[in-house]
Formats: sequence, C-alpha cells, structure tokens
Amino acid sequence: MMAAKSNFFNAEERTFRLSLSAIALILILILVGIFCTLLSASIPSIQASGWKFLFSSAWDPVTNDFGSLPFLVGTLLTSLLALLMVLPFSLAIGLFLGEYYTEGRVSQTFKSVIELLAGIPSVIYGFWGLFVLVPIIRSIETSVGVIPYGIGLFTASFVLAIMIMPYAVSITRQVITMVPRHLKEAAYSLGATRYEVIQKVVLPFSRSGIFAGILLALGRALGETMAVTMLIGNTHSIPHNIFAPANTMPSVIANEFTEAVGTIYTSALIEMALLLFIVTAIVNFIGRQIIKQFAYDDK
Amino acid sequence: MINNVERAVRTRHIKNSVFKWGVIAFTFIAVLPLIFILYYLVQKGVTSITWAFLTHMPKPVGETGGGILNAIVGSAIIIFMACIIAIPFSIAIGVYLSEFPKAGIANWARLSIDMLQGVPSIVIGIVIYEWVVKPMGGFSAISGSIALAIMMIPPIAKATEETLKRVPAGLKEASFSLGASYYQTTMRALLPAAMSGILSGVILSIARISGETAPLLFTSFGNPYLSANITKPMSSIPLLIFNYAISPYDEWQKLAWGASLVLIIFIFLLNIITKIAERKWKVQY
Repeated sequence: MMAAKSNFFNAEERTFRLSLSAIALILILILVGIFCTLLSASIPSIQASGWKFLFSSAWDPVTNDFGSLPFLVGTLLTSLLALLMVLPFSLAIGLFLGEYYTEGRVSQTFKSVIELLAGIPSVIYGFWGLFVLVPIIRSIETSVGVIPYGIGLFTASFVLAIMIMPYAVSITRQVITMVPRHLKEAAYSLGATRYEVIQKVVLPFSRSGIFAGILLALGRALGETMAVTMLIGNTHSIPHNIFAPANTMPSVIANEFTEAVGTIYTSALIEMALLLFIVTAIVNFIGRQIIKQFAYDDK
Repeated sequence: MINNVERAVRTRHIKNSVFKWGVIAFTFIAVLPLIFILYYLVQKGVTSITWAFLTHMPKPVGETGGGILNAIVGSAIIIFMACIIAIPFSIAIGVYLSEFPKAGIANWARLSIDMLQGVPSIVIGIVIYEWVVKPMGGFSAISGSIALAIMMIPPIAKATEETLKRVPAGLKEASFSLGASYYQTTMRALLPAAMSGILSGVILSIARISGETAPLLFTSFGNPYLSANITKPMSSIPLLIFNYAISPYDEWQKLAWGASLVLIIFIFLLNIITKIAERKWKVQY
C-alpha cells in the first residue's frame, strides 16, 4: 500500500518534471526553429545571388537581381546616427538618476516618464513624426539649402533616438548606481569635486556597462520597423547626405513582403530578415555578456 | 602664487556646477518629446473619441464620421488568444528555471529567452508567415496571435522566475513537510504566493504587445470589416493606425489620431496597474 502510494507520487513527480523540461525544450526549439526557417527560406536567394547580395545595390524584381547594400547602409546609418543623438542624453539622464538624484520625487517622476516613453508603440512614434516632425525638418532643410523632402535619414534617426533612449538610459542608470561607494568617497576625501569624481571614478568604472547599454539600444534600433518605415522615405538608393531619403532592412521587408511575387524575390526579403536576425543576435549577445561580466565584477 | 591656486580652485568649482547644470538641462530636454507627443495626441485625438467612434465601423472615403469598432474587437480577440497561448507556457518556463536552475537545458533555455527578447518583431512576423500563414493558405487572426504570443514569452517567463526565487524557502519546506508532492507544492503553494509578481509580468507583456504592428503585417493582415473568424484576416488597432496614418484622406487620419489616443490610454492604464501590482510585489503568503 505504502509502496504503491510512493510510486504514484514518484510517477506524478516525474511527469511534472518531464513536462516542464519538455516545455523548456520547446522554447529552445522555437529559437532554433526561427533560425532554421529563415535559413532554409533564404536558400533560393543565396543560391541566386551569393555574396553579391551583400555588396550589390541592384534591387530589380523583374530580372531577379537583388543586392541589399543600400538597405544595409541605410540600417547602419539610421541606427548609428540615432545612437550618436541619444548618447549625450542617456549619459546625462543616467548621471541624473544614478548619481545626482538617486531618490526622491523628482527622480521617481523622471523614471516614470521614461517608462512611459518606452511604452509608446512604434507606429504612434511614426505617425507623430510624420505630422509634427516632418514639417519642422522640412523648414530646416529649406533654410539649410538641401532638397526639402521632410522625410529621410535624419528624421527617421531622430525618432529612433527618442525610441531607444529608455533602453540606453535604464542600463546606464543601473551601472552608474553600481559604482562602489568607497571608491567615490576616497576621491571626495582627496578633495575632488563632484565633476572630478564623475570624470575620474564613476565614468571609468561604468564604461563597459554604458557600452553594453549602447549595444542593447543598437539591437533595438537595428530591428525597429514601423516608425522608420513611415519616416525614412523608402528609396532604393544609397543616401548622399543625412537628409536624403533612404531605406532600411526592416522597412523594405515591411513594405514589400506581402506584395513580393516569385520565389527569389520573397527569398531575398527573407534573407534580409536572416541577416537582421544574425546581426541583432550578435549585438544583443555581446551586450548581455558585458553586463553579466559587470555584475560579477561588482561582487 | 596664492592667487593662482585660488583661480584653479574656482575653475574647478565652475566646471563642477557647469557640468551639473548641463546634466540637468539634458535630462529635461530628453523628456520633452514625451510631453510633445502626448500633447499632440490628446489635442488631435480627443475630438475624435465619442461613443460612436468606439461603437461604429469606419466609413468609406468621403463620408465623415465612422469609428474603429472592427479594430477594437480585432485587437481584443488577437490579444486574448495570444494570452491563452503564451501565459501557461511562459509560466511553466519560469517555474522550470527557478525550480531546476542548474538542470541540463536550463542555461540554454535562459539564453533562448534572452535571444528571443532581442529578435526584431518583423522577423517574428516573417517566421510566423512561414510557419502558420503559408500552411493555412492565407492570412489569419490566429497567426497574428501566435506571433504576439512568442513576443510575450520572455517578459512573463522572467517575471515568474524572479518572483518564484523570492518566495521564502520556509514555505516550500512547510509544504513538503505536510507530505505534499513537488507538483502540489508548486501549484498550491509557490504559484499562489508569487501571483502578484507573475500578474504584473503578464500585464506588462500585454502592454508591450498591444501596440505591436510589424508582426501583424504578414499574419493577421487587417480587415476593413468586422470579423470574429480567427482563421480569416482581422483588423487591429495598431494596423488601423498604420494604414490610416499613411493614407491621404483627412477623415481616415482623424480616425488614426483617435485610435492612437485609445491605444496610448490603454497601454498607460496597463502600466499603472503594473506599478500598483509591483508596489505590492512583496511575495505574499
């Protein structure tokens, strides 16, 4: 009787543990499956274009001649420009919340505001950019003397910068708060001003963490679709200046995937998704490794 | 000599305060966009939101008025189905990670969660197109739900794992000492104790996916009519905003502003609920 009962428990126990493991395995399979699906669906395009896919700027569905160079360049330029724009601000907010005002009502308010910014959907950023930002940029372009498209690389990067700021800020703030108190106090005791403590202690200590935050924000920026699609201008050429219309990998996919006819055209778009997947995976992986390292160093 | 030292000290102090005010100024400038966006959304959207806006269908081009009923119903159905798929699955993963943190595939599962969180949403849209839309032979609401469900997994699984780790060991030991099995302990003692944390993870993940547009482009596709058939294309609020925002018609753009305001209010409400749940985050038992 007793034996039977404990057997029953063991069986239940084993089923419970096995089904949990099975679910975890399914999760891993989903990720592996995503990669394999993208890879196998890209094969027709890989066979047709080979390495030329990365270096050619042809994009001709009629002759099945596909090269993704303009979109690679567009994606890199918008993301890097957005990072450049966001860096001083994320650093400032990181210092504001992590060093100057770590607690209190002001700090809480700013934290909530930044969380709200992170919550606004991409499509609404794009919509707002289209109706508010584009006219402003257009008048700037007129006064600067370039062709006043309004939409283009600069507009898309600007909105992208607003969108990725919360991600960069949250990690910058965290690593700045993690700077050991005794290091800062040692510097103060030597007569350093707060600025000197930040410059000589806080920033050098948190440098790698801040870099990781930038990488994770970059991962976001690379894959960002809707806002960029609405603001980039969608031209299939390499942009000449930062106000020119361009195109990015996610926007090409968003614009053309449902209308793509023919195996190679669809496959070329999926190959772009594969590139995007690999690049964001690498960027995110490095970023997370650095943050883990940072957490270990702290202990 | 003394003069020089004084001057040097003064320069350092000036540098110090210039830097501090620089940081404050940059911080304030950085939150301006939120104020601008909210102000503009409210100003543009508030006039559209009426009872008719929420309960009527969009009118054809040229007619004034009309509402976004099809998108509201569509979003509700798509998000609800995504929750049904994602919530049990993600909670199970969280339980697995916190109960067997050193098991063979736990590290791989944890890595998968991190990686999955970084996958661009448009890539998930394409993959679900290949997995679901192609075999089914056409766009469908359920495929959109599956795409969103995949995006919901990382936040819920992480919230579950983190909360379960905070449940005091005493609770578990007490349950074991009463002769409860692992299964019973998890289902009747650990999960109920961790409920508020898990719930806030779930709500946060709903807030994140309810504005997602990119994964729905190739899956649920959008539908100008009211539809409750989950095997057919279905409208949703973010897709409606996208389609009407880039349309050249004033009336449609007006609908899009109203829809944006509705969406933002919904997301902010969910954020506030999460905040309240987090304040009570302390594991209750």
